[in-house]
Amino acid sequence: MMAEKVAFELVSPERLLVSQPVDMVVVPGGDGDFGVLPGHAPLISTVRIGVIEIYEGTSVSDRIFVAGGFAEVTAERCTVLAEQAVRVAEIDPDRVEEQLRSAREDVTEATTEGARHAAERRVRLAEAKLEAVRRSTVH
Amino acid sequence: MASLKDLRNRINSVKATRKITSAMKMVAAAKLRRAQEQAEAARPFAERMERMLASLGGSMNLATGAPRLLAGTGSDQVHLVVVATADRGLCGGFNTNIVRRARRLIEDLLSQGKTVKILCVGRKGRDQLRRTYREYIQDTIEGIGRRNVEFVEADQIATRLTEMFDAGEFDVATIVYARFKSAISNEITVQQIIPAPLPVAGEVVEERTSGQPLALYEYEPSEEAILAELLPRNVAIQLYRALLENAASEHGARMTAMDNATRNAGEMIDRLTLSYNRTRQAQITKELIEIISGAEAI
Repeated sequence: MMAEKVAFELVSPERLLVSQPVDMVVVPGGDGDFGVLPGHAPLISTVRIGVIEIYEGTSVSDRIFVAGGFAEVTAERCTVLAEQAVRVAEIDPDRVEEQLRSAREDVTEATTEGARHAAERRVRLAEAKLEAVRRSTVH
Repeated sequence: MASLKDLRNRINSVKATRKITSAMKMVAAAKLRRAQEQAEAARPFAERMERMLASLGGSMNLATGAPRLLAGTGSDQVHLVVVATADRGLCGGFNTNIVRRARRLIEDLLSQGKTVKILCVGRKGRDQLRRTYREYIQDTIEGIGRRNVEFVEADQIATRLTEMFDAGEFDVATIVYARFKSAISNEITVQQIIPAPLPVAGEVVEERTSGQPLALYEYEPSEEAILAELLPRNVAIQLYRALLENAASEHGARMTAMDNATRNAGEMIDRLTLSYNRTRQAQITKELIEIISGAEAI
């Protein structure tokens, strides 16, 4: 019964990052995480900042951090369009810490509304990245 | 007639020029390959995005509450023309062709009594448009794709456009750029980006008639919310695509132009060498005649 797989694709504007059949993926949807198994009902959802988990069998084989985007699910495939995506294992916590610090500085120094929003967004991103790394090491 | 020394100097200078143009050709070829790869790599995202928009637009199509980025402001009085050119010259007619097309568009719009605003991406376009349309030019964005065109750069421009649109500064935005066809040819393209055109309808119908029922999607959180997020993204993607195509065309045009220049320099060297040798020969003959007639006189 579980012989079927989901054709999972992760695409960023710059390139196609992942394209492989998987047993299950868990996507951080805008309204909460959802898992995709073969035969899922067609769905289009927003994706919030978070971690996509790819399952082989019953265990997680890969974790990918995404900075928001969109997901399209049909019975056979699951396509995630992400603006930015990195494997959690490839995130360097020290560098992210540094980005977080500089982003926080930018927030306080920002003079225009737009610049502050952009900086705040970077803070949120960096925090989410750190959180992703922390959780994957606890597991 | 030029002296031997003058000819020698000219030959050397043309040789130096040929070296430069052939190096530029090589650089352009390498950059072209990279730009092409990048344009190719960006295709999947744009395709998937279109598919998503198609299914969303298909079900939204005539709904009255469609977002303004899709439905427009209901007027088309103020047009924003985004002219995408290169920052650098020496690429044949590349910049001129784009600017010429943009001029035609602007003249058209003006003659219809529309208000025109211009946003230049790339310094060369601004330089050429500034002469005639100085008062229409809002701003110029430079330094795009100095190395590679990054999505972030396209995103910044897109954010700016959507902000201007939301502030009611224009009703319709169009971008003029060169679509890449091959290393020796490109096609100047005028594309409307805001409000988003709906190529959707045709595709959807096609899918329906081909017997495969269009999947009825569920939407999370809601169609409106997704569209509201998707549409600004789509603007960024369309811009990114246009900039990538433009970069590839630019390098292609420069490669062709430099190839021609290199060939011309070669021909010029041949011609100069020929006249150099003739002059040298004439001088030797003259000297011989002088010696012989001098000997005869004794």
